[in-house]
Order: sequence, then C-alpha cells, then structure tokens
Amino acid sequence: MFELEIRKIALNVEEIYHEGGPVAETPLLRGACFAVISNPFAGRFVPEIQGFMDDLRPLGIDLASRLAVALGGADKIEGYGKGALVGAAGEVEHGALWHAPGGYAMREVIGGAKAIVPSAKKVGGPGTRLDVPITHINASYVRSHFDSMEVGLNDAPRADELLFALVMTTGPRIHARSGGLEAWGIKGEDGLR
Amino acid sequence: MKARIRKIGVWIEETHAEGGRAINPPTRKAVAAAVIENPYAGQYVEDLSVLIDIGAELGGLLGKKAVAALGIAPHEVQSYGKAAMVGENGELEHAAALLHPKMGAPLRLAVDKGAALVPSSKKRGGMGQDLDIPLGHKDAAYVRSHFDGVEIRFNDAPRANEILVAIAVTDSGRPLARVGGLRHDEAGGKDGLR
Repeated sequence: MFELEIRKIALNVEEIYHEGGPVAETPLLRGACFAVISNPFAGRFVPEIQGFMDDLRPLGIDLASRLAVALGGADKIEGYGKGALVGAAGEVEHGALWHAPGGYAMREVIGGAKAIVPSAKKVGGPGTRLDVPITHINASYVRSHFDSMEVGLNDAPRADELLFALVMTTGPRIHARSGGLEAWGIKGEDGLR
Repeated sequence: MKARIRKIGVWIEETHAEGGRAINPPTRKAVAAAVIENPYAGQYVEDLSVLIDIGAELGGLLGKKAVAALGIAPHEVQSYGKAAMVGENGELEHAAALLHPKMGAPLRLAVDKGAALVPSSKKRGGMGQDLDIPLGHKDAAYVRSHFDGVEIRFNDAPRANEILVAIAVTDSGRPLARVGGLRHDEAGGKDGLR
C-alpha cells in the first residue's frame, strides 16, 4: 500500500458549437478530469511498483464519475482516452501505472465499453501540456471519433508529482466528414470495428 | 444572442494540499470562457456597441456557468475576475468594449451583490496562449486573502478573427493565506472596498 496524496483535482469541459461550418444544435462536449498526486517513487529507482495500481483505483472511479456527470451522464459518452504526466524526479514507467486503474474505471462508469482506451504519457515540468488521444468507446476504427484534448496545469507536475488524466467526448468531431467506419456501422464485438 | 460562439470552456480547479499541508475543505476556482467571432476584426470601427452588447450577454451566460460549475448558491461566491484575449486581427479596445461598459451588471446578478470592482486583464494573443484572470473579493476589494489569479488556455483559440472572453469565480481565498490584512469575515461589503 502506498499513500495516495492528492494536491489538486481539475475538471475542464468544452462545448463545441462549430469550427467555421454549420452551427450544431447540440454542441459536442469534450471534457477532461485529472488529478495531481505525489509520486511515491520519485527520486530513486524502485523495482516493484505495481502495488500502486490498486491504490489508484478509487481515484480512477472518482475522476471517471465526475467527468461522466459533467458531460451529461454515462449514457452520453461516445469517445474516451487517458494520459499521464510524470514530474522530473520520476520515470515514464510511473505514468504507465495509470493504464489499468484509469482505463477500467472509465469502462466501469460507462458500462461495457469494448475498445482499448488510447493513451499518451510523458515526463515534463509544471505547465507542460499533454495531448490525450480519443477514440470511440466500442470500436477503435470509427474515424469520426478520432480526436484529442490537451490537458495540463500551470503549476503541475512538480518534480515529485504525477498528473493522471481521463478524457471523454459525447460524439464525433464537430464537422466530421472524412469517411471511414461510421459509428452506426460498427458491430461492437471485437473493440475494433 | 448577438455573439457568434464557437466554443465554451469550463474549468474547475480544487486544491487539496498546498505547502505539504492538507486543505480541507479544498479551495475551489471555476472559470467559464467563450470563444466568439470578433465582428470588428481587420477594420477600424468607431462605434463598438455590438461588442458592448455582447459583453452584457456573456456577463450573464459565463457568470452563471462558472457559479453552476462550483455547484454553489450565488451568495456563496467569494471572489471574481474577468479577462479577454483578442486575436491578432483585433484591437485591445475590443476587449475593453466586452469587459467594461455592460458586463458587470449581469455578472453581479449571477454572483449576488458584487459591490467591489471586478478585477480584469486584457491582451492580444494567439492560439494556445495563456490567459491569466485576476481574482479579488467580490464585495470588499481590500480583502487580502482573496487576491489571486487563475490561468486558462485553449490550444485552438483565439484564432486571428476571434476573441476569448473569460469569467472566474471562487468559493474561497488562497489556500494557507497568512499575510494579514482585511479578512473575509471582517468585510463590511458596503462600499466595495472594505
């Protein structure tokens, strides 16, 4: 067991009405919820780190729940992604600890999502921004739902901190028209198509 | 709506620890910001009344959204601020037209009272640029614990012909405020100053 020390929690929701084309009646919502926490492994090499994933589970559920509520409810979510920023005294491997607790929390909150959760991670200092990739929750190849959202805070991550983010959307890009697999055409069995 | 809005962003930031100490309950800030088309981009126009009216619209819309994001009653708002960033084809005066003549009254309805001047900042800038919104106590400008600021940015705004307009509110002052001066619980809130 490691201590989960939260310094900040942030929520950012964008309502997107248009991008130079027709104005949508219902705006696309794209949101991120993220936490800045202490990195229990900062400043030294720790061989065994996997136990921290269990400690992160409640945080994952908390962030996923807040985000789903902010976007109008779990049944409105069509796209998702996750990401991690690691402060200077940590390793990119510490960011990888977010894969299981972040991904499974979103699946639990959304209910039955089949596609792999796309992700990004990097080491950086305060003010670093991370572009978190987004794909359709049930079929990774749905082209209209490929998107991304930038997350970050001016004062995080400090050297001994981690920033763990979840991102969700309520639909396709606002003027999606690049073809490919459409959301209405998916089988939703293998998580891909 | 006179404003042609491309997107609206809402940010909530909770501080659970500062300086190694737990902050309980966490201090909370919220910002609501709109990216709008600048009707005067690329030209000098003497009469800025369209932007002045849009300022009134956005004072209400963004003020209400920011307060709603914190999930509190209007009278529970403790501090506020506003800011605008004009895309490269606009003038600084366009930001002034949005922020100063008519934004205050509808914003004050959204936060219940607001006797103090709304602190503000403005600048010209491009996509991905940071906007720092100053914060001050909403009823007594000299409350020292509530001088603060909050930063937002959109990776894709403002475009050259756009303006980013933001309103920030809080339910608290700085975490661990301890530099003296007038306190929140001492403020009379009558004259907007003390």
